[in-house]
Amino acid sequence: MSGVFENKELFKSGHTACAGCAVATGFRHIMRAVGKDCVIVNATGCSEIFTSAYPKSAWEVPYVHCVFENAAPVAAGVVEALRAMGNDHTKVVVLAGDGASYDIGFGHLSGMLERGHDVLYISYDNEAYMNTGVQRSGATPWKAYTTTSQVGSKIRGKLQNKKPMTEIVAAHGIPYVASSTSAHYTDLEMKVKKALSIRGPKFLNVLCTCVPGWGTDPSLSIQYLKDAVDTHVWPLLEIENGYLKMNMKPEKKPVETYLKGQKRFKHLTPEDVSEIQKMVDERWEGWVWREKVDTERKKELGE
Amino acid sequence: MKPANGKPGTSMENKTGSWRTQMPVVDKEKCIKCGQCAMNCPDGCIFVTPNGAQPNYEYCKGCGICSQVCPVKCIKMVTEEK
Repeated sequence: MSGVFENKELFKSGHTACAGCAVATGFRHIMRAVGKDCVIVNATGCSEIFTSAYPKSAWEVPYVHCVFENAAPVAAGVVEALRAMGNDHTKVVVLAGDGASYDIGFGHLSGMLERGHDVLYISYDNEAYMNTGVQRSGATPWKAYTTTSQVGSKIRGKLQNKKPMTEIVAAHGIPYVASSTSAHYTDLEMKVKKALSIRGPKFLNVLCTCVPGWGTDPSLSIQYLKDAVDTHVWPLLEIENGYLKMNMKPEKKPVETYLKGQKRFKHLTPEDVSEIQKMVDERWEGWVWREKVDTERKKELGE
Repeated sequence: MKPANGKPGTSMENKTGSWRTQMPVVDKEKCIKCGQCAMNCPDGCIFVTPNGAQPNYEYCKGCGICSQVCPVKCIKMVTEEK
């Protein structure tokens, strides 16, 4: 069998991700869009563990591993060194988890965006610290179970809301911010290619299922991401030069479609579900309203 | 001093197929060669050939995504006996 059906991609088979890992699926799509001429800067997290377990590597491209907090400054250093040497074509891409982007490396990410380095920062969001055994992060949604947001008689899951990272990054006024998922590969590849055609800092927020962390069946990893978009929990949007555009406005499914079957949400009461539905609807209406305002403003300014 | 890095693409030496308990079996008569399985596979180990989809069992971890995303349901997950 081997030799005939060889993996010819830049992100190889044989990595040690869990069966059904949507992060690995996402990386295949991202690498297909990025191409060979790149430097990958990978923050600590699941992806670093499963792709570069010494002495083996799943990468066919130059690859730097750095600690949780400094992926953004390392990428900034790499890109400035390349440009100083007269190389203005090699793309520098950061791949960092939600722990590294939303929490630990947040200040450094903000600094990199403010300084305006020519880097594409991709945050793969699986909504907790999965590689260390499922601890809550800033990306964990309200009421979700993790090992540090336990479910008991008084406290039932995470008490806080998910950090609105896409909007926070967009508030830096950078040229391109987008959100996507590993399951919507046409959308994801389009956004990576579009981002790389723009000079300056770019940010992409990619939702990925985590089989052990979410407590889902491995075969349903892709289905849950499709459901996240169809229930309006996760929008596919892009904010280009400050103008928001929704790439997909699916007919809304009830939020239960997405929540059911996930072990981290199995303790939810019907009241919790209706509260989540309300929150999801409010956020969705906000985006749709902002898209309308932005489209009108764009027309007025003739841009 | 040896540099602390792995050679590119050496993860191919890890034959992750040994993890598998469920094995995807393709009904090639029914397969429409759409490529959904190949696109969504986390391990990049199912390929579309002129005869239909073909998993590479050396790397397949048996997650079953291919079977789930298949629009004509031509991939069955079969419990493997070793």
